[in-house]
Formats: sequence, structure tokens, C-alpha cells
Amino acid sequence: MKNPINQSTFKRRMREYQKRPASFVMFILVMLCACVTVLSFVFLVGYLLYKGIPNISWDLFALNYNSENVSLLPSLINTVTITFLALSVSGPTGIFAAIYLVEYAKKGNKLVKLMDLTSETLSGIPSIVYGLFGMLFFVVALDWGFSVLAGACTLAIMVLPLIMRTTQEALRSVPAEFREGAFGLGADKVRVIFKIVLPPAVPGILSGVILAVGRIVGETASLIYTAGTVAEIPESLFSSGRTLAVHMYALFNEGLYIEKAYATGVVLLVIVCAMNLLSNYVAKKLTR
Amino acid sequence: MIKFELKDLEVFYGDFQALKGIDMKIPANEITAFIGPSGCGKTTFLKCLNRMNDLVEGCRVYGQVTLDGEDIYNDYDVNLLRKRVGMVFQKPLPFKMSIYDNIAFGPRTHGIRSKSALDEIVEQSLTQATLWDEVKDRLNMDALSFSGGQQQRICIARALAVRPEVLLMDEPTSALDPISTGKIEEVVMELKKKYSIVIVTHNMQQAVRISDKTAFFLLGEVIEFGDTEKLFSVPKDKRTEEYITGRFG
Repeated sequence: MKNPINQSTFKRRMREYQKRPASFVMFILVMLCACVTVLSFVFLVGYLLYKGIPNISWDLFALNYNSENVSLLPSLINTVTITFLALSVSGPTGIFAAIYLVEYAKKGNKLVKLMDLTSETLSGIPSIVYGLFGMLFFVVALDWGFSVLAGACTLAIMVLPLIMRTTQEALRSVPAEFREGAFGLGADKVRVIFKIVLPPAVPGILSGVILAVGRIVGETASLIYTAGTVAEIPESLFSSGRTLAVHMYALFNEGLYIEKAYATGVVLLVIVCAMNLLSNYVAKKLTR
Repeated sequence: MIKFELKDLEVFYGDFQALKGIDMKIPANEITAFIGPSGCGKTTFLKCLNRMNDLVEGCRVYGQVTLDGEDIYNDYDVNLLRKRVGMVFQKPLPFKMSIYDNIAFGPRTHGIRSKSALDEIVEQSLTQATLWDEVKDRLNMDALSFSGGQQQRICIARALAVRPEVLLMDEPTSALDPISTGKIEEVVMELKKKYSIVIVTHNMQQAVRISDKTAFFLLGEVIEFGDTEKLFSVPKDKRTEEYITGRFG
């Protein structure tokens, strides 16, 4: 078999490295860091699966929670509900706000500066502060009580800057020539935005939405003070309900069902993976 | 016959004056070439003809521009204007979609929905841009996967698909090899029969090869405007002579 002359063999590479020790050190360093990254993730997931899978049982998916079955199904349903509600508020708002910033606002516009400042500040605030605000405003001032709705609204505010920022980046990376070309053919602004600018930006926007889903699904601090910790399927949007992450927190806190908490962790992991796969699939469908 | 008539056209970008009071009459069914050094206002002038300057922030236009006697800056539907006055840009960049959808974007914008009508327009436009035979079996491929010269001709076909009366071309061959350039020039010569064409070029041989009239721009002013043959053989102005003989620019 012939060897391609442009690809170096292991031996040749080693000889190269002998001449340049600095690049050898660099090679080892980056390899090591890559290994640490992969291993820590593999270890974490492996440990969780090892602890969690033996504890998964049909009981965990019972319709009603009691201290015997420690069912996670109500929390699962709450997680999906709250994610859906929060995204249906923050998704369109964030995306349209970004469209305003990128496509409509003029340079040096005061509103733009204000939005940049607030979105930057908001994305750096610890989530417990959102929880406090949510409790004072939605729970107390609007008198919604601890409720799924209050929790979803709080989380919507929390992920709004994230969605807006990523959409802004996605829109900015669409070449100006696309807009110029479309305007040059006599298309109006609405058509340019929806037919020319948004389609290539969809993958970027979706990656922002995925990040937002991750934050919502993993959120505990702000939900405890807004959605409460009742482990039942809520009767309405105004009843309290815990999400999976809050459920895990509660199980750990009580200290009685640690094994079940691991099992819940596995379910949470599966859900997050499934959501990522789904959105990747949607992104591919949409951009084709 | 006169297509465009411009009176005392002045353009500013912020404090910078890009065009300094230009009067010009652009004839119909001829090729008019704009030559001159970079940054002398050729593209700015071109973009005044289909109001693309409206989209540039801080750009102010003064004076009067008429198309077939109608003032295009006074209460004129800008989308209709851009349908009548098509443009091919310097950087050939088709939209991120199939060739077919690229060409059909313009007609669809102006309300043509029927599949058979669109098919016909796509074939006709691509044929006019001498691209049909190369791509007829690949109409569903992403337009961005084609070569630079092909992309430029896709952009020309895209502009032709809305059936404009005037075609503005901003250095359409500056990024292309000689063979693609030759093809584009053939296309332009062919189009002259039906369209009025205004072309900005840095290539003086190109201006000589294809244009009927030439305008020489310098620092925001038109130094000389006339028949291409005359301008290149017996230039009236000393600066024109210096530029076309390559002594500056």
C-alpha cells in the first residue's frame, strides 16, 4: 500500500517534536485539557446513571405523588408546562426585540443603548434575584400566589436577555448583501426580514432557545419562591407545582429519598438530551 | 431617448460631500459606463438611480432625478422603482436558497405565484444570463455552492427576473477571472437590445469594449461625459487624458 507523502507518520512527528520542544509541550497541554473535559463529563454522567438507573421503577411515574412511590410524573408535567409557557412568552418577545435592534433601530439610538445595558445587566444577575422579584411582583402584588404561571413568567424574564442576545448575533451574521440584494429587487422590509434574513439565522436563534430551555429546566432558586414546591399535577395555571429540578432539590433536602433523587436526575438528563436532539432536528428541517 | 435625467445632484454622507452638483442625461437602450478612481462617487451616483442610498444611514440626497420624466424622489413607490431599475452588486452574493428560489424571489415579491409562469421566468432569465445550460439540471442546489462567476450570473439573472427597464451594474466583473468576465460582457452586450444599462467599472478596456457613452468621475464631480469612442481617443479635459493613459488613478 502506498503512503501519502503529505501525511506524517507517528515517527516523523516525534522527530519534528524533538526539534521543537515548545510545540510538544503545547500538544501535551491541549490534549490533557481535552481529556479532562471529556472525562469529567463522562464521569458525571456515568456516576449518575450508575446510581440512578437501578432506582428507576414504574412507581416513579405514578399519576399521584405520595411518600411511598415518590412519583416524579407531576414534576415532569410541571417542567414541560413551565418550559412551554416561559418560552411562548420570551421566545417571540426576545426574537422580535432583536429584530428591532438589528433591522430597524438606527445607530446611536437611545433605546438601543438602554436595551444593550439592561440585557447585559439582566443576564449577569443571579437567578435568586429574579425569584425575589417574581415573588414580590407576580406572587404578592398581582396576587397570583405560588403558581405555575408566576414561575413561568419569572423564568420568561430570566431567559429573555439570553434569547434576545443570541438572536441579535444570529441576525448580525447574515451578510448585508442579502438585504441589499432583496431590497434591490423591490422587496419590502417585512418580506426581506421573513424570507431573506430570518431563514439563515434560524440555527443561531435555535441554539439560543436551547440554552434558554437548559436554564429553565435546571432552574431551582427562583422557582421555589414563585411556583412553590407542591408535588402534584396543578389543577390550573394558578396552582403551585414543582419542576423536576425543584423536585430533586426537595428530595435531597428531605434526605429520605436520595436514591430516588438520582433516578430523577437520570430522567432530567434524558429530557435535556431529547430536547437538544429535537431542536437540532428542527433546525435541520427548517434550514433545508 | 433619455431614460434618466439628473439635475444638480448632491449627496452627503454626514459631513462628507460625495457628489458635488451633477447634471446628466442617461440615454435609453445604450450602455453607459462610469469610470474613475476609487472613492470618486461612481457607486454613490449609481445608487441614487434606484434609491438604494435611502438605506444608508446618514446619507442625504439633494437635487432632482427623473425616470421617463417622473420624479423618483417625490412621492414615488420605491419598491416599484426598484422593480423598474434593477441592480447587480459588486459582491456577487445570491441568497442562501436554491437557484430556482433565488431567481423566483423577485417575481414572487411582485405577486407572480403560478408555477408555470415562474418556471418560464426562471428559464428565460437564466438563459439571458448565459447560465441555463450549465445549471438546468441543478436548479434545486444551494446557489452559494456555485463558483464566483456563476454566482455573479445568478445575481444578473435574479435582477432580470423582475423584467426591469434599466439595469445598474456596480463593477460586476471586478472579482472575476477573464473568462467569466468575457461571458458577463457578452451578456451585457446582448441585454442592451432590451434594457438601458449603467455600468461602473475600474477596467477601462471594458468600458471601451462594451459601452456607448462614458462618464469620467473625479472627486465627486463629472469631469467629462460623452461618446466612449471620443472620450477615449480625443479627451477634452486634461485630467481625463491623464487618467485614461494611466498617469494617475
